[in-house]
Amino acid sequence: MAAAPYPDPLAPQLYRVGRVRRELADTTTLELAPVTGPRPTFEPGQFNMLYAFGVGEIAISISGAADAAHFVHTVRNVGAVSAAIAKLEAGATIGVRGPFGTSWPVVAAQGADVLFVAGGLGLAPLRPAIYHVLANRPRYGRVVILFGSRNPKDMLYRRELEQWRQRLDVDIEVTVDHADADWHGNVGVVPALIRRVAFDPHDSFALVCGPEVMMRFTVSALRAEGVVSDRIYLSMERNMKCAIGLCGHCQFGPVFVCKDGPVMRFDKIAEIFAMREI
Amino acid sequence: MEGLEHILTEHPFFAGFSAEHSQLVAGCARNHRFNAGEYLFREGGPANEFFLIRHGRVALEIVSPGQTPIVFETLGEGQIVGASWLVPPYRWMSDARAVALTRAIGVDAACLRNKCETDHHLGYEMMKRFLPILVQRLDATRLQLLDVYGKR
Repeated sequence: MAAAPYPDPLAPQLYRVGRVRRELADTTTLELAPVTGPRPTFEPGQFNMLYAFGVGEIAISISGAADAAHFVHTVRNVGAVSAAIAKLEAGATIGVRGPFGTSWPVVAAQGADVLFVAGGLGLAPLRPAIYHVLANRPRYGRVVILFGSRNPKDMLYRRELEQWRQRLDVDIEVTVDHADADWHGNVGVVPALIRRVAFDPHDSFALVCGPEVMMRFTVSALRAEGVVSDRIYLSMERNMKCAIGLCGHCQFGPVFVCKDGPVMRFDKIAEIFAMREI
Repeated sequence: MEGLEHILTEHPFFAGFSAEHSQLVAGCARNHRFNAGEYLFREGGPANEFFLIRHGRVALEIVSPGQTPIVFETLGEGQIVGASWLVPPYRWMSDARAVALTRAIGVDAACLRNKCETDHHLGYEMMKRFLPILVQRLDATRLQLLDVYGKR
């Protein structure tokens, strides 16, 4: 299902920044449209290489809807390149290569319950899959979104979470690691929510994205509930450079995260997932 | 009392409990209703009861002088509030505040401890139920301490 990238996957194409939304103090969402020609198609879960001219290139997951006219990327300012991208204003130009990588199993999951488990910025790579499932809601069983954040003020896409909460056909639970007494929602870690929500663990697909430690705890909680390993999908993150499996920077045991991932089925990586030497 | 026994057997915490043991626990139990903002217990107070939440939400808080209380966990329907009753000196280690109207079953700790001393099978069944909760909460605390969503 992976969409074909540009004919020369190593040559960045020129894109223009459209709308810019400052999500959090250190996190920005950018809409990017090609300066010439149509935007390439993509599958939920794929990523692009974004090139801040003169600074460098980083892999960023696509976080917008597949039918939007532009790419949407949510970028957290954590280093020189992401800082340069996060500072871009509307009208600026940027280099884009992609889309690359594997996608969430939104077609395979049809007919089953779908459990999205996101932590922190991990909601961004899951958002295209959430859009897809909600746009095709009758094709799925129960839809559950579990989201964990550091605290209430660091909550990504807060307005959109509230919109999803209004829907009667989606169960959504949000939790934070710490809060003060003004917060009336859940406090605790996101894996702990899994045993509190209603879904059929024997006929579910779990799509998980967040910090790797959070994903390890989440996988453990999912398996304890009876979700089988070949229905648990994780979005992995490693230092990607070429994005087409040539350079080896993102090697993860016997696979490359850029071309065999970022979305990986848990049973394929179970042996190495928690191995610190990998 | 029959009503409480029925409620206890329906609570997930007591799944698989024998009728005899359910009866013994029900003999130590009573109903509670906490309005939003009301405290189930306060740090340092005697841990003479633990609670099975039937409905509502409870926040566990720690207070540091001069600062607003920090909520480190919330517990909801089907969950247990309080483990300090198991361990001497039986004092609460945090505050527990009802975030919303909360209905719970309270189990008298001294009453249940005496029954567990008399009937070690009951004591073992209780430990089998409490230990996984303690382990899960320890694991969750580890994850919180790691601050995985912070900048590295």
